Amino acid sequence: MDGSVSSVPRSLPSDAGRPAEAVLQISDLHMAFGDLEVLKGIDLSVAEQELVFIIGPSGSGKSTLLRCCNRLEEPNKGTIIVDGEEITAPKANLNKLRQRIGMVFQSFNLYPHLTAQANVTLALRKVAGKSRIEAREIALAALDRVGLSDKSDSYPNELSGGQQQRVAIARSLALQPRVMLFDEPTSALDPELVGDVLNVMQDMKEGGMTMLVVSHEMRFAMNAADQVVFMDRGVIVEQGTPDRIFKHPEHQRTRDFLGKVAH
Amino acid sequence: MTPWERFVDAFFNREVIVQYLPAIGKGVVVTIELAVLVVISGIALGFLLVVLRAYRVAPVNAVIVVFVDVFRALPPLVLILLLYFGLPNIDVTLSGFAVVWLTLTLVLGAFAEEIFWAGVLSVEKGQWQAARSTGLGFGQTLFYVILPQAVRMTVPPLTNRTIAITKNTALGTVVGVGEILNQATTAQSFSGNASPLTVAAIAFLLIFVPVVYAGRWIETRFAWRKG
Repeated sequence: MDGSVSSVPRSLPSDAGRPAEAVLQISDLHMAFGDLEVLKGIDLSVAEQELVFIIGPSGSGKSTLLRCCNRLEEPNKGTIIVDGEEITAPKANLNKLRQRIGMVFQSFNLYPHLTAQANVTLALRKVAGKSRIEAREIALAALDRVGLSDKSDSYPNELSGGQQQRVAIARSLALQPRVMLFDEPTSALDPELVGDVLNVMQDMKEGGMTMLVVSHEMRFAMNAADQVVFMDRGVIVEQGTPDRIFKHPEHQRTRDFLGKVAH
Repeated sequence: MTPWERFVDAFFNREVIVQYLPAIGKGVVVTIELAVLVVISGIALGFLLVVLRAYRVAPVNAVIVVFVDVFRALPPLVLILLLYFGLPNIDVTLSGFAVVWLTLTLVLGAFAEEIFWAGVLSVEKGQWQAARSTGLGFGQTLFYVILPQAVRMTVPPLTNRTIAITKNTALGTVVGVGEILNQATTAQSFSGNASPLTVAAIAFLLIFVPVVYAGRWIETRFAWRKG
């Protein structure tokens, strides 16, 4: 991070030699679908309260990387440590660890047979073991945080795409995860609805959430990200502050990609 | 007699109808009992099988697939006769009622499993991923997220299939189950008149037309627009 002395400490004093507590630590991650190598040795660390933004062409392995972080995909090699526990360990208690890792999907994936509120309370009741009343309170607070407290009794098909995605964010947020993964959260949205979702993400960032985001919203990255990672063909090509990656990219591949996506 | 009078006498003979109505009434009770039992146990069996199949344990699934294919392919009448006349040879004697119930339960169970399974497969993969990402286990995801959607989607085909199979309770007549058709054919041979069969047809309509409507009601009740 910047190394300057700020009046409010951003995290608890950490061990010597570690600049900040890494909430998510990915080391030498390899993943292949059959013969197709999708990730070829990824090292990436996301510190407490940091927003790390991953960009790159489609097929570069960005989404696969995210899915490995909560083991929706099984990596072939490498380790991922979340909040001090290795999720890639063979005996890892996945159902317990996954509560600490929120995930937001491109296609929202709300449960269509349940109301917005019930979408949020399901895991609170069945995984976190909250009582019906407690779960309801937490769910309403989470929906309020994404600006949808008036939609708690609506079914997903009664909500716009942007509203659905915000309910999906509330569903993850309600479990109080240590890190949130966003897999192209605005790619399936109509342009006029993108802003609502990005505002919620901005708000979460300001609230101190640790976030790893795969997206094409470059302007959002410019404003909100602490680190930008450019991935191509299964490797991290370069990484740095948004200013450095967007304005002074070192690698030709990064320049080519940014040239293509610039409006 | 005019042709019309002959027709009425053959199919709507009042005297015969009045005489045999109580017997056919008893048959109605038996048919309804059998039908209700078959619907409950058949759908329960199909549900149980689809839950087992969802765990994708290869040997278990192989057994389920074979079971389902066999019982979907065999005509129920063959099974009924086989069990009713075959089992006593190995000292197992089941009543005609039990044999028909068992056969139709197995057949409905097989079809229901196949229909439920199609429903499970048609639930988007993202639903599994979203549920698992919140820490729900496999079984929890199956019961709280996948099956409620799968079952809803399968209500129309399941209703049709259930009605089609439940009508086969009439096959009980060949193994002496005193259901509607059995009572009617008995009455027909005693009276030498087809009117009891007319009554039987009307009785079946009175039972199954409401079931068809109930099915339609369930379909609209459970239908929901996909987002």
